[in-house]
Amino acid sequence: MTNELDSVPGIPTFRPTTGRGVNLRVTPVDEVAIEARAKALSTRSIKKSSKRAALNLTISCIDLTTLEGMDTAGRVRALCRKALTPDPADMSVPSTAAVCVYPTMVSAAAANVAGSGVKVASVAGAFPSGLSSLDVRMADIRAAVSAGAHEIDIVLERGDFFSGHYGHVFDGIAAAKEACGSAHLKVILETGELGTYDQVRRASMLAMAAGADFIKTSTGKVSKNSTLPVALCMAEAIRDYREQTGEVIGLKVAGGIRTAKQAWHYLVMVNETLGSDWLNNRRFRIGASSLLNDCLLQLQKLETGRYSGPDYVSVD
Amino acid sequence: MTDETHPVPSDPSHGFSLEYAPAPESTSVVTIADDYGLFIDGEFVEPRSDQMFPTVSPSAETHLANVAAASAADVDLAVGAARRSHTDVWGSMPGRERAKYLYRIARQLQERAREFAVLETLDGGKPIKESRDVDIPLAAAHFFYYAGWADKLEYAFPGRSVSPRGVAGQIIPWNFPMLMLAWKVAPALAAGNTVVLKPAETTPLTALLFAQLLQDVGLPPGVVNIVTGAGATGAALVDHPDVDKLAFTGSTAVGKQIQRAALARGVPVTLELGGKAAHIVFEDAAIDQAIEGVINGIYFNQGHVCCAGSRLLVQESIAEPFVEKLKRRLATVRVGDPLDKNTDVGAINSSQQLAKITELVEVGVAEGAELFQPDCVLPDSGWFFRPTILTNVQQTHRIAREEVFGPVLSVLTFRTPEEAVAKANNTPYGLSAGIWTEKGSKILWMADQLKAGVVWANTYNQFDPTSPFGGYKESGFGREGGLHGLAPYLSVGPMGGQIR
Repeated sequence: MTNELDSVPGIPTFRPTTGRGVNLRVTPVDEVAIEARAKALSTRSIKKSSKRAALNLTISCIDLTTLEGMDTAGRVRALCRKALTPDPADMSVPSTAAVCVYPTMVSAAAANVAGSGVKVASVAGAFPSGLSSLDVRMADIRAAVSAGAHEIDIVLERGDFFSGHYGHVFDGIAAAKEACGSAHLKVILETGELGTYDQVRRASMLAMAAGADFIKTSTGKVSKNSTLPVALCMAEAIRDYREQTGEVIGLKVAGGIRTAKQAWHYLVMVNETLGSDWLNNRRFRIGASSLLNDCLLQLQKLETGRYSGPDYVSVD
Repeated sequence: MTDETHPVPSDPSHGFSLEYAPAPESTSVVTIADDYGLFIDGEFVEPRSDQMFPTVSPSAETHLANVAAASAADVDLAVGAARRSHTDVWGSMPGRERAKYLYRIARQLQERAREFAVLETLDGGKPIKESRDVDIPLAAAHFFYYAGWADKLEYAFPGRSVSPRGVAGQIIPWNFPMLMLAWKVAPALAAGNTVVLKPAETTPLTALLFAQLLQDVGLPPGVVNIVTGAGATGAALVDHPDVDKLAFTGSTAVGKQIQRAALARGVPVTLELGGKAAHIVFEDAAIDQAIEGVINGIYFNQGHVCCAGSRLLVQESIAEPFVEKLKRRLATVRVGDPLDKNTDVGAINSSQQLAKITELVEVGVAEGAELFQPDCVLPDSGWFFRPTILTNVQQTHRIAREEVFGPVLSVLTFRTPEEAVAKANNTPYGLSAGIWTEKGSKILWMADQLKAGVVWANTYNQFDPTSPFGGYKESGFGREGGLHGLAPYLSVGPMGGQIR
């Protein structure tokens, strides 16, 4: 709400030292009601004629991701090929928004997507825990950016966040934003570890105020990934932040989104919460890997009227 | 952000619109007869009155069936059948046997839920997602719940003797036809009474389908009798000298007439009447969820809900942004074909009701309220009304005092909790209220001060068979649901009486 107070007793607040000057008295979130709303949103059915467009939109919003310790330049090359032309037999299928890799894989990725519209995103800053010194984390970000990353995904410092040191968290994000230079900054809240929707909302406001271009649900490295109610909670925060500051922040959902149907639930949620202005890859992303193939299978099904099978799309 | 990510062939980058598919529920599960007689003594019989009346689909304005209009003579037959079956069969049947029938009814309702839901939506105009997810499941739940009490009546009121009252005359409204039937019939049967039920004249079909279900489950003839008709039929039932217990859900005006008649004859009566509920939102509430709560509170079932949260009392400090959020949310509410599962708000139940809503909203605007309606496209045929928000409403406005029984929200503001209570209670009604705040102590204080039978906190329109429901003041008296809902159907006396 626009009249949020600078300080309310009992609710920890912080005063931004930089950034866009929003305060952290966050609006409470009711768990039962937000889950009921998310459930209601997941019952909408998408018109058949807009299914193709919805599938193409989904694909164009994917950050095609590989974040394994065993990643190699060869694996990244294959991933980039897949991102550029997801279905070689049907060039009307759009490229994904980006490929998302570890910092040491950035140069390989950048070389392979050079000249295309596909971006290189890199997790950086001691992913996935974020528990390294500020210097180390910033060096990690700078290295990724100088290797050619267009987008940097960092994690929220949950240690400081849970300790109530919101100022530290804010400064860390602000520093990361600076280290990014012209690259976009996505801040991963790791909502599966935040425990309550109130904390998700607070972390969202904090990250946005500190300079995030996107807020993102999950690393995919913990057992609880993105859920529809959590994403709804973040979308509501984005909506309010827009109203308070005029700033447009993007939403990225990640982890466990494997089917086109799941992705549609997110599209419907974004559509009804943030509006159709957010239904593009400048404002909405899905971090996923196997989702892409399910979208391709669904597109084939729209074309032929029947399902083919996993061997009719490439593994990566 | 300024970055331009690559365009995609389908170009969703600008103005992508996600269109929802029409997803209409098939009506093939429903068979509607041309004519329906009265359900008396286990059979469908021709009315002595020889009078029939049509029932129509509010969403298509199409004729669905002709239904018998019961005269006083027909009602007399029905009451006679109920009396005989009470004396000969039902009143003396052991509770555990009665329970078997109730469980059977409940299971059948679940098995045929789709059929009942579609018919309810066809005849009444409510969205299929509500009849499917709320009305019919809750109706079945009521039968399950009261089936459990049937053989435990002596434990329900420890230290007292209990016996059924006899023949119950029950009159139900058109807003939740099957659910109101269940609220009335289930406790009456569990307590050992027999029933003569009059459904509303605009929504008789699910009650008549229920009669067929009773034949299928083999309920003894005469235990439940269903007499269709309008006000005259209801009056005949109310005035019948052999009715032992009256229960009515409907308007306050009719409720007062029924109370007079019942008092004159010394017949116990429960009334569940109108409401003008206050939905109170404090500045410390979970705002986005409160928005959902307010939307659900007033637009659920097109606002044809006696406990609808029709007066929004919002703390002045957040009133402006809150109303803006409400308007934006309202623009995403989908109004249209009730049989479509994407529809949030369906058809207004009757042309008379539509005229009444229209008139009251016009009066509101004339009195100085500001009107907001989303510019959604309404279907060409059928009775529809745009979901409406009236702001700048004052306590003196008619729109703030009279029950609209439609999708119309009046917005008022308050400064302190005391003022919220004073405004909330400043109505002849007292059925329900809602409170949104994250502060538990404020919820408890408010609930204590509010003169309303039901107070919801951080939610709205939640119903459960175990929870009593009913009003204060002109919203009626007596409770339905829970143990409280059983009591009105029993004579509770000192220990030593006969217990079946």
